[in-house]
Amino acid sequence: QLDFWRHATSPGHPVDLRVPFPSLQAVKVFLESNNISYSIMIEDVQELLDEEKKTMMKSRRVERSTSMFDFASYHTLDEIYDWMDMLVDNHLSLVSKIQIGQSFENRPLYVLKFSTGGSTRPAIWLDTGIHAREWITPATGIWMANKIAEEYGQDPSVTTILDSMDIFFEIVTNPDGFAFTHNSDRLWRKTRSINAGSHCIGVDPNRNWDAGFGGSGSSSNPCSETYRGPYAHSEREVKAIVDFIHGHGNIKSVISIHSYSQMLLFPYGYKTAPAPDHQELNELAKKAVSDLAALYGTKYTYGSVVDTIYMADGTTIDWAYDNGVKYAFSFELRDTGRYGFLLPSTQIIPTAAETWPALLDIMVHVLEHPY
Amino acid sequence: QAMELSPSHFSASRAAALAAAYLCYRRGNPSRGLALRGVRRARREDITDVGHKYHLELVLEDVPAKDMTLNCTAEVLYPLGSQKSAPDVQFTLEGELRDTAEADNAFYNQIKSLDQELVAEDIPDSQGNVPPALEPVHLLAWVASGYLIWQNSTENTKFQLAQVKRVKQVPGHGCSQLLPFSSSVFSLQEIIPWQMRVLWHPQHGVQVTEDRHQPQHRLQ
Repeated sequence: QLDFWRHATSPGHPVDLRVPFPSLQAVKVFLESNNISYSIMIEDVQELLDEEKKTMMKSRRVERSTSMFDFASYHTLDEIYDWMDMLVDNHLSLVSKIQIGQSFENRPLYVLKFSTGGSTRPAIWLDTGIHAREWITPATGIWMANKIAEEYGQDPSVTTILDSMDIFFEIVTNPDGFAFTHNSDRLWRKTRSINAGSHCIGVDPNRNWDAGFGGSGSSSNPCSETYRGPYAHSEREVKAIVDFIHGHGNIKSVISIHSYSQMLLFPYGYKTAPAPDHQELNELAKKAVSDLAALYGTKYTYGSVVDTIYMADGTTIDWAYDNGVKYAFSFELRDTGRYGFLLPSTQIIPTAAETWPALLDIMVHVLEHPY
Repeated sequence: QAMELSPSHFSASRAAALAAAYLCYRRGNPSRGLALRGVRRARREDITDVGHKYHLELVLEDVPAKDMTLNCTAEVLYPLGSQKSAPDVQFTLEGELRDTAEADNAFYNQIKSLDQELVAEDIPDSQGNVPPALEPVHLLAWVASGYLIWQNSTENTKFQLAQVKRVKQVPGHGCSQLLPFSSSVFSLQEIIPWQMRVLWHPQHGVQVTEDRHQPQHRLQ
């Protein structure tokens, strides 16, 4: 029953043996009563084996994931959070994951940080998934985050950007809403916070920012999809970003990605007066949508929010702009209403691939126009 | 005098969406929908005591034959005042629409001869999929929603069919097929549950005989 790992060779030389648990007492008694000294090298062999198996499985999963993550499918929150860890594991010197807060339902709010060093370098902020039903946006975000990681050191633009700037990318900006679209209501938009005195749930996270808050471009009715919330930054999901950007102090661009309509927008939404940088932002948008159309002919319109869609107050990009972030843009991805929010997954990669050059245009411009 | 608008301006895109929806209702069927591809030119004319008239040059695409595009001019008149009358839409298509008589008749015969009434839910589904066999049902709903959109639009709205929640064919309506749809219609961020009863016959086209919608904010 004893398993000799090193057999007896000659007197005076040690012997190694593995003792099954039921025999342990008997073996000890035998050795002691025969004056054979012994020492325990491994207390619990099974434990060691279990550890090793875990490590093996983990690396197998990581390996599998690298080449097998399906960018052409829509994923659940758990799958996206797992993929984030995988991205970090595969690009340890470039990508890290930070937590900037918690959602209303206590889900972690994760941000991917792309950095080649320095200390609080000028940075670009990207977010997708702020509106839950806009599934194409986190799907595009995942593809783009992966692209950024892969192209550092390969693509000249990505490399020069990351050599002097950092990128912060929040893929699922509204995880409570996102989970709700998977489990309950595919067309949910808002957060899932409880509204005092109302049976209706949730606040529009893109009307909750402190920029023109509370105007005619948002609703005071908790049952509305554009409900602004009880006060600016009432939503933890919004406050976390506000605190992060203020705390960082060196964010030079905020690009918030939505769907749908095929538009590239810039401030303002809360007032009709053109932003002081209107001309520059307009020219940049024009170039970006032209490069976007180059791939598949997808036509985008562009302009300020108030001219192109409607008056909207308390929005992300207006807040960013009014807080010193000059290059504040909002994308509205595919399509124009044929499928709307229910964009077929076959369009994920084409959408991401065509949007990528437009995003790069903006990031390169930010890099080349420091302020 | 008409004022030139940027094709990106929201008033142009809303009028264009309305025109496209109306066009789709008038010329669409289960084998051919029409969707707006882009706005080439837009002008607005304010007619005293009458309303706002938009002169549009549009590019439409044939759904599902996406590569077929069609130029179109349209005039959309939103009436002034509180009488709730539908906008007036006039249009001219440049060129001919793809002929779908064969496909229409095939679909008609197919659903006429089903053993059980056609029932379907969630078109498209969460992933945006529409089973090929249900594509004509999807298009029929899309065409019928064009009627709803036309009847209910103002300069302050932009309606679009978001999803068909449920459809159940009702047999025994003479030659025409009756399909009542429960749908979600999307307008400026709000989702509006909207029921419509749709009659269809390949030669008689699409008719919405009845529709009902819940108030603006759906139950949460």
